[in-house]
Amino acid sequence: MEGHSTYQPKGKVARWFESRLPLVGLAHSSAVAYPTPKNLNYLWTFGAILTFMLVCQIVSGIVLAMHYTAYAPISFARVEHIMRDVNYGWLIRYIHANGASMFFIAVYIHIFRGLYYGSYKAPREVLWILGVVIYLLMMATAFMGYVLPWGQMSYWGATVITNLFSAIPVVGETIVQWLWGGYSVGDPTLNRFFSLHYLLPFMIAGVVGLHIWALHHVGQNNPEGVDVKSVAKDTVPFTPYATIKDMFAMVVFLMFFAWFIFYIPNYLGHSDNYIPANPLATPAHIVPEWYFLPFYAILRSVPDKLGGVLAMFGAIAVLAFLPWLDTSKVRSARYRPMFKQFFWIFLVVAVGLGYLGSKPAEGGYVIASRIFTVYYFVHFLIILPVLGLIERPRPMPASIADAVLARGAKGATASGAKA
Amino acid sequence: MAHTETSGTNRRDFLYIATGAVGAVGAASLVWPFISQLQPDQSVLALSTAEVDLSPIAEGQMVTVQWRGKPIFIFNRAPKVVETVRAVPLSQLIDPQPDQDRVKSGHDNFLIVVGICTHLGCVPIGNQGNYEGWFCPCHGSQYDASGRVRVGPAPLNLPVPPYTFTSDTKIVIG
Repeated sequence: MEGHSTYQPKGKVARWFESRLPLVGLAHSSAVAYPTPKNLNYLWTFGAILTFMLVCQIVSGIVLAMHYTAYAPISFARVEHIMRDVNYGWLIRYIHANGASMFFIAVYIHIFRGLYYGSYKAPREVLWILGVVIYLLMMATAFMGYVLPWGQMSYWGATVITNLFSAIPVVGETIVQWLWGGYSVGDPTLNRFFSLHYLLPFMIAGVVGLHIWALHHVGQNNPEGVDVKSVAKDTVPFTPYATIKDMFAMVVFLMFFAWFIFYIPNYLGHSDNYIPANPLATPAHIVPEWYFLPFYAILRSVPDKLGGVLAMFGAIAVLAFLPWLDTSKVRSARYRPMFKQFFWIFLVVAVGLGYLGSKPAEGGYVIASRIFTVYYFVHFLIILPVLGLIERPRPMPASIADAVLARGAKGATASGAKA
Repeated sequence: MAHTETSGTNRRDFLYIATGAVGAVGAASLVWPFISQLQPDQSVLALSTAEVDLSPIAEGQMVTVQWRGKPIFIFNRAPKVVETVRAVPLSQLIDPQPDQDRVKSGHDNFLIVVGICTHLGCVPIGNQGNYEGWFCPCHGSQYDASGRVRVGPAPLNLPVPPYTFTSDTKIVIG
């Protein structure tokens, strides 16, 4: 959906510049005149929130790097130096550490919104796959960032995750040695992780650029899941409508973020990471950060080492194939009565796996994680393909405008005027 | 173009192939330094042997020393414990290996193994678990007094590092 930019440079200088590099026109067509479906709800504000979080992480991270040193014998002390000596160092570090969690909260809402409204279906497959790539890069970045304070969880998290690659037949051990730069996690590992932790956010920014380009090329999905038929009737310009809505949602999200920073800054962390790394003693109960827990539960639920690693990576890889696994032509769950139920079951299973990942791997927890892991894959590999063939979708509105008007009429009788 | 080529090859074709070939070889030979730098460097390799005096280790005692940044468990096993692990039929083991192959003969009481769980690399805790050996706190693997895995998810026994006895009470690891 090409934006109908009406941008005409007014001044002489602006005209001169525009004819040489149409930068302002590009910004105008993609952030001002760009037509957005008029029925978008607040779940569609998370794209803007995520863009903001990426900028927040890059800015706070660059500042932290000015005070940090990646050298195993002193890195732990350098982080404490940021916390105690650097002016407002505590604030910047808490912004960065909790910012990672906020980033993942926002991305999970963003992903589940896409799952519910079928945002991965044609013509948005490439847009969706770019999103999966961003998610993978985010996970790699977050993992390497967590290693930098060089506490016990940093060290042992790095050990367990890098050892996952040793499960690969033949070349596994070599790959692990390349990751470590030694025979165990150590100073060379810390240094290369710091270097990559600084690089990857800029790669994320690049893929985000492609993600937004793909989005603006095919146009946004919307809660009804029907295509825009008439730009005049079905859409509103991005500015002011989406701009103000995105900013309002962002401010509310920032209040939530600030609550973590100022009141419970260590709630999502692990107290063991305030103990300096000790290569000779593993903490009794090691867990990854909360946003990795569902995948950690999948890893542990398979009793075989290679099998567990394959299941864990498969759980992420399966998302990239989703556009072809879901055989239904109907996008939005609003018009898919059976899919809607399975969506909520899947959400419970995914959150349940997260809970199980935080529990010790024993007894009933193991049995439950096995059942949930099997269901996770059944949802994608069996339920979604079959559902498209047997489900009878509800009648869909002819256009976005029709759906909005019908809803408006219903709302007006029920609760008075509703925008 | 000022003129049309009549023959099949010309100078530009030659330059294209020659430049491409030299460029490809050059790029390929630059790849190796960038991969090689990932490997353990000379300062890491310099720490690759460790000498340990075994005489202060009492019977029944487990000691952890460091070699290549890894924990090495040294376990001075009581004769009864050695008998127990040698009595286990190999068919009961996940990674079958007799205890005799995991120690130096004449020093059968000393078990020396790399103290890293073969599952995902945690350090197992000594004198825990049901096999007079080690228990891994991360994912519950258990090892016996020969360092052999008895309960998964670990797939392999604790590896025996290369070491030699330089005297009756001294070993060099590496």
